[in-house]
Amino acid sequence: MAQTFLHQAGEPIAQLKPTRKRRWGGVVPYLFIFPWIFGFLVFTLGPLLFSLIISFFDWPIVGEVRFIGFGNYAEMFTDDPLFWTSLGVTLKFAALFVPLNIIVALGLAILLNQKTRGSAIFRTAFYIPSVISGVALAMIWSWVYSGDYGILNYFLSLIGIQGPDWLNDKQWSLVAMVVASLWGQGSMMLIFLAGLKGIPKDLYESASIDGAGKIRQFFSVTIPMITPTILFNLITSIIAAFQQLTLALLLTGGGPMKATYFYAMYMYENAFKYFKMGYSAANAWFMFLIVLSLTFIVFKSSEAWVFYEGEMKKNPQEKLKGQGRRRSL
Amino acid sequence: MKKILVYVLLLFFSLLFMAPLFWAVTTALKSQSELYLFPPKWIPSVWKFSNFAEAWNIQPFNLFLKNTLLITVLSTLGQLISCTLVAYGFARFQFKGRDFLFLVVLATMMIPWEVTMIPQYMLFNLLEWINTLKPLIVPSFFGSAYFIFLLRQFILTIPRELDEAATIDGASKLTVLTRIIVPLMGPSLILVAVFQMMGCWNDYLGPLIFLNDQTKYTLTLGLSQFKGMFGVDMQSIMAITCLISIPPLTIFFFAQRYIVGGIATTGIKG
Repeated sequence: MAQTFLHQAGEPIAQLKPTRKRRWGGVVPYLFIFPWIFGFLVFTLGPLLFSLIISFFDWPIVGEVRFIGFGNYAEMFTDDPLFWTSLGVTLKFAALFVPLNIIVALGLAILLNQKTRGSAIFRTAFYIPSVISGVALAMIWSWVYSGDYGILNYFLSLIGIQGPDWLNDKQWSLVAMVVASLWGQGSMMLIFLAGLKGIPKDLYESASIDGAGKIRQFFSVTIPMITPTILFNLITSIIAAFQQLTLALLLTGGGPMKATYFYAMYMYENAFKYFKMGYSAANAWFMFLIVLSLTFIVFKSSEAWVFYEGEMKKNPQEKLKGQGRRRSL
Repeated sequence: MKKILVYVLLLFFSLLFMAPLFWAVTTALKSQSELYLFPPKWIPSVWKFSNFAEAWNIQPFNLFLKNTLLITVLSTLGQLISCTLVAYGFARFQFKGRDFLFLVVLATMMIPWEVTMIPQYMLFNLLEWINTLKPLIVPSFFGSAYFIFLLRQFILTIPRELDEAATIDGASKLTVLTRIIVPLMGPSLILVAVFQMMGCWNDYLGPLIFLNDQTKYTLTLGLSQFKGMFGVDMQSIMAITCLISIPPLTIFFFAQRYIVGGIATTGIKG
């Protein structure tokens, strides 16, 4: 709306002073966006290309640089068990974390969206863990998870369960990390909450006139209307799973027996512990490709399950063809 | 009946989310003898506030605080200046390649940090910036995609007549920005400042990679050093954990309105 309004307002004045506009139109805009252009070239595009280049080299931080073609990639796939271990750990983590993260965040958002008193206070309580540093979060959870003195095992002992030494247990350490990560779900919850608040009330009214109960309304109105938000959160969760490093470094150091040796940690150690820059760049590019293809798959599949407001009003069939996905105003 | 269920669930989950924090705070206040008990004691019998001062002196935390403040203040300043300029450029000018470049801005948000991390490290190494605070400050002066996007969206909502009126009065483009646009951008600039300050204060991986020398450490690095340090007790670790969490929590309470709105925007427009 703002844009059409601006367009109309700007038009006559632009016609009044064509010469000035033409003379200044040239360089000035580029001067304003120059900081970004420079930063993009030096800190993003340059490094992106350079990391692709060095992934084809044996490139130690000091010493001789040597072109080895696809050598790094070949070594990764055929000659490095740690690569497969770390990839497996990350995929296992993602398989647990991504769905749980969405369920928890959406569940809390739905609770907060009910008409209750003090919902701002509850919202704050759910969001506060997301405000503090990842280091603080890790320190708190390493104490909560302590096998002998931790508060978690105390609660479990109340219901007669002898809890494991969470972070040093091969079976439980990854689960422990999923739970600690879920604690910081706040942003996702807020995004869902905004999505829920954006659903027009009249949809529920007409649904209930048509005789739909609360549960039916949830599945026929709420869920379809927030599928775009679910898509967004799904993709950010997947990327977050692949970038999980802080918790691994601080809670377990990748152990016990590599049970929490995340892919990001593998990459980090190759670069900054063993200083194999070229190899680590190859690791990073492989991760980039995985994340890109997962995102692509999610996007492609979304044509079947994501519902965009507005497509219905024109022609319900268009949704299936993946067309007409502009918001009507 | 349904109302009661909602309240019970809200209360239950609130307690669940707050319990680890509460446990951290009470641990920070415990005396040595009450630290390792099973069943644990929730409330310490004596509140030892001296734990905070003792923990602070185990490492040079004053120095870490100074470094952290320096990085946080300068990089926030950098983001505010650079992102405002760039966002204004994208919002208020017609120029060749604008829409394409803006698409590139949005696309850079998708690139994982890990991919550019190694060349960035090598670049800073070449410039002899490793083990200085520069790698954590200087890039902020060249904008960041998300903030540019946020500010551009905001500038688009400001009526263009205001610019035109000023232009007719002879104001230059830069004057229009500083005198007309910026004063109207209050809420969105606060949002950028808040996000940047929190991100910087809480950052761990940046300092971990770029700083080696203890005199350059930030607070989060100092706290992480406790892990594996011999003879440091849990109450000290929790004391520092609580202390370094106070500034982000304070900012959050004051800026809650902006933050909630800002995060919501990401999801809807993203």
